[in-house]
Amino acid sequence: MTYFPEEVVEHIFDFLATHRDRNTVSTVCKTWYRVERLSRRSVFVGNCYAVHPERVVARFPGLRSLTVKGKPHFADFNLIPHDWGGFSLPWIETAARGCPGLEELRLKRMVVSDESLELLARSFPNFKVLVLISCEGFSTDGLAAIATYCRVLRELDLQENEVEDRGPQWLSCFPDSCTSLVSLNFACLKGEVNAGSLERLVARCPNLRTLRLSRAVSIDTLSKILARAPHLVDLGTGSFTIDHRAEAYHKVMNNFIKCKSLRSLSGFWDAAPRCLPAVYPICGNLTGLNLSYAPAIQCADLIKLIHRCSKLQRLWILDCIGDKGLAVVANTCKELQELRVFPSDFYGGGIAAVTEEGLVAVSSGCPKLSSLLYFCNQMTNAALITVAKNCPHFTRFRLCILDPKKPDPVTNQPLDEGFGAIVQSCKDLRRLSLSGLLTDRVFLYIGMYAERLEMLSIAFAGDSDKGMVYVLNGCKNLRKLEIRDSPFGDAALLEDVGKYETMRSLWMSSCDVTLGGCKTLAAKMPGLNVEVINERDESDEMEESPSDLGRVEKMYVYRTVAGPRNDAPDFVWTL
Amino acid sequence: MQKRVMEEDFRKGEGRPQLLDLIPNERDWMVKDVGVGGKCFGVSEEKKLELRLGLPGDEDWSSVKEKREEHSIESALSLGHYSKVSKTIGTNPSSVGAKRGFLDTVESKTEVFQQQQQQQPGFLQLQAKGKELSQKTNGRAEQQSLEKKACGSPAAHGSAAAPCGDGAGANNSSQTRTAPTPVVGWPPIRSFRRNLASISKPSLESQNGGPETAVKFKNGRKGLFVKINMDGIPIGRKVDLKAYDSYEKLSLVVDELFQGLLAAQRDPLTAGTQKNPEEKQAITGLLDGSGEYTLVYEDDEGDRMLVGDVPWDMFVSTAKRLRVLKSSELSASSLGAVSRKRTAT
Repeated sequence: MTYFPEEVVEHIFDFLATHRDRNTVSTVCKTWYRVERLSRRSVFVGNCYAVHPERVVARFPGLRSLTVKGKPHFADFNLIPHDWGGFSLPWIETAARGCPGLEELRLKRMVVSDESLELLARSFPNFKVLVLISCEGFSTDGLAAIATYCRVLRELDLQENEVEDRGPQWLSCFPDSCTSLVSLNFACLKGEVNAGSLERLVARCPNLRTLRLSRAVSIDTLSKILARAPHLVDLGTGSFTIDHRAEAYHKVMNNFIKCKSLRSLSGFWDAAPRCLPAVYPICGNLTGLNLSYAPAIQCADLIKLIHRCSKLQRLWILDCIGDKGLAVVANTCKELQELRVFPSDFYGGGIAAVTEEGLVAVSSGCPKLSSLLYFCNQMTNAALITVAKNCPHFTRFRLCILDPKKPDPVTNQPLDEGFGAIVQSCKDLRRLSLSGLLTDRVFLYIGMYAERLEMLSIAFAGDSDKGMVYVLNGCKNLRKLEIRDSPFGDAALLEDVGKYETMRSLWMSSCDVTLGGCKTLAAKMPGLNVEVINERDESDEMEESPSDLGRVEKMYVYRTVAGPRNDAPDFVWTL
Repeated sequence: MQKRVMEEDFRKGEGRPQLLDLIPNERDWMVKDVGVGGKCFGVSEEKKLELRLGLPGDEDWSSVKEKREEHSIESALSLGHYSKVSKTIGTNPSSVGAKRGFLDTVESKTEVFQQQQQQQPGFLQLQAKGKELSQKTNGRAEQQSLEKKACGSPAAHGSAAAPCGDGAGANNSSQTRTAPTPVVGWPPIRSFRRNLASISKPSLESQNGGPETAVKFKNGRKGLFVKINMDGIPIGRKVDLKAYDSYEKLSLVVDELFQGLLAAQRDPLTAGTQKNPEEKQAITGLLDGSGEYTLVYEDDEGDRMLVGDVPWDMFVSTAKRLRVLKSSELSASSLGAVSRKRTAT
């Protein structure tokens, strides 16, 4: 390779599609390291505390696209205190100084302030893509800054963020000269929307392909937008309610008919069943459908809709679809790859909306199913075994039985065998979430069979340290392990401390790990940050120095080259 | 490559739990459960219907199983599981001892589990259920029989050996569903989805004529507040039209809002002290013209309309303000405007 000019090496590297491959070639020799870093355009940082932003920016000055993730996954379920960390400002500040050519920024589970959004908007003249997923800390004022200063903005994608509403003006901040938008998603915003501004914006962006509206956008406005943008591919409706004016209803249906390119539908906030037929004309083209925000639509109406969606690849739905509805899905949606069934009543005692039967039906009818998120009231081993046989291609399998530790209701057995069948059959399984009554045995199976597993979520499972050890010993590709309310203690934690350096992170909460165990881990592995999160009520007696024998409520361990972080709040101890 | 590494791990780690050793031999499992003989029932049925965990490459499970029943534990293990490492196991007698040791610890640690085993229904019952399920799914599961997949689950097999379990008793406490006590962060749902359900349920009930909806809207659900004034009363109020689903309810609310104020207007001296509800006059007949007062509204085009003429939903979407007028004051001209409006629509 020394005979190749560096330009050729760089050109060869262009063909490497994944971050992992590029990371690997950079370790071959100094020349390759240099060529790689100077030509690197896209960097993915899975844990914002694993590396200092300065180091990333210094190494990759030609950076155009940066993705950073902050809080651990369990933050989605309120298990991580609000001000734990994950601040985006240092990243934006550093990038502003070091790579002004930045064009794309994607942040997930980070704290983003209006100040950082404004800095972002002003610092990168070529900025094109902003994607914020599950972030918080900003308001519509920050969005106004983005709209105002990002002259060539192509994508503004806000997914499930907590955004403070400071008025609808932000949308009007897109200058008349802004015609470059391809994707605009503000579905998570709660405040009023200026319909006129929105319509004008849509009208002047001929390349707009994705548009996801918030709840405040009426169906009348939607109708007008569809008329102006029939080339949309991905649409999130606003509130989808019509009053009794037949004229309005027919207008919106006619506008839907004109949208020949529409492939994905979501939104349907407040949708009433009588409005659904407006979308019937385009159902036959749909590959993606998300009705999970529309609890008013019950099984019968869902079935009528789904009957027409024969090309569906991705379906997100509420469990009011029932087993009966899932049977219709199984018969109709032969191309289905991803299914998510969300609960509509999770405080228990309700009618069992979906059970194992629905899942078995879908597995039987949809052989391409590879990604599943399924909330149900019960599951049996027999069903899981059947599903495993029917669908060996699962890459993501997340099952949530609403009642923790619930056994197989038919046999009263734990669900070890069922999940065992899943991991044994699905050789490409990368992500798995367990639930129901589970013993150490299921972890034995996981360790034995789940070779490609990268992320495992455990709750209320296992009998002893052995369970966790089986997983750590067996799953060679494990990157993220998150455990709550399971009887794993110091022995398991310390069994193979080197393992954690091969992983991105480990989360354990309400387990049997003690402070002493955490300290030992931290002492043995300086390349890890061992964070202990202690939220205390004021009413708790303040211990001067908590005993090493005391159980730790929440622990987050991650590999890092950045050392202990300097922005941790009081209640987070890095040992 | 990976398997070889695992083999080396096995050879190295004496103290480590060796994965292989931890797989309880089927025969032992049966013995533990049944306490008799160890012969399993319905072997041939098991072969067809059961999915067991075994080696990926292990095609002919049935023959392996028969062999296992004949041979000793050691050789059965080596045949039944990792054929690649079979010689390791065969030549390492200590592993067998370790395995037994593990079984002992398993037994001590999973006593509860064992109790459950004994309570379980017979194997045939489990398989019957599996049959039903597979028949429901067009018998596909049945057809994809074991000979192809050669997977196995020792516990299912183990359950075969305990038909003496009280089958009917399987449906005991697990069936009765008690509402689970709320646990932090469980089920794993984002907060905005939780709010979705709690917001929409009240409105669902109101659509079905359910109980009076409490005005309990969480973030994200905006109310529709319109001003309402009453003739002769300087103080106006606001009502959230989205909180109600019918004119009757609105009428009751208007009555509630203004009753006290009206009484105070009429007799300022007694209003504060007189708490007797009979003294206050209810405001009735707002909608049909029969009462002293009539309810009207201003729509989005500025016209004054009688409340009650159009469907509720349409009223909610077009009403901008409300007025409670003295019925006698409803002039002919405004009424005329109303009737003109009505014919127009």
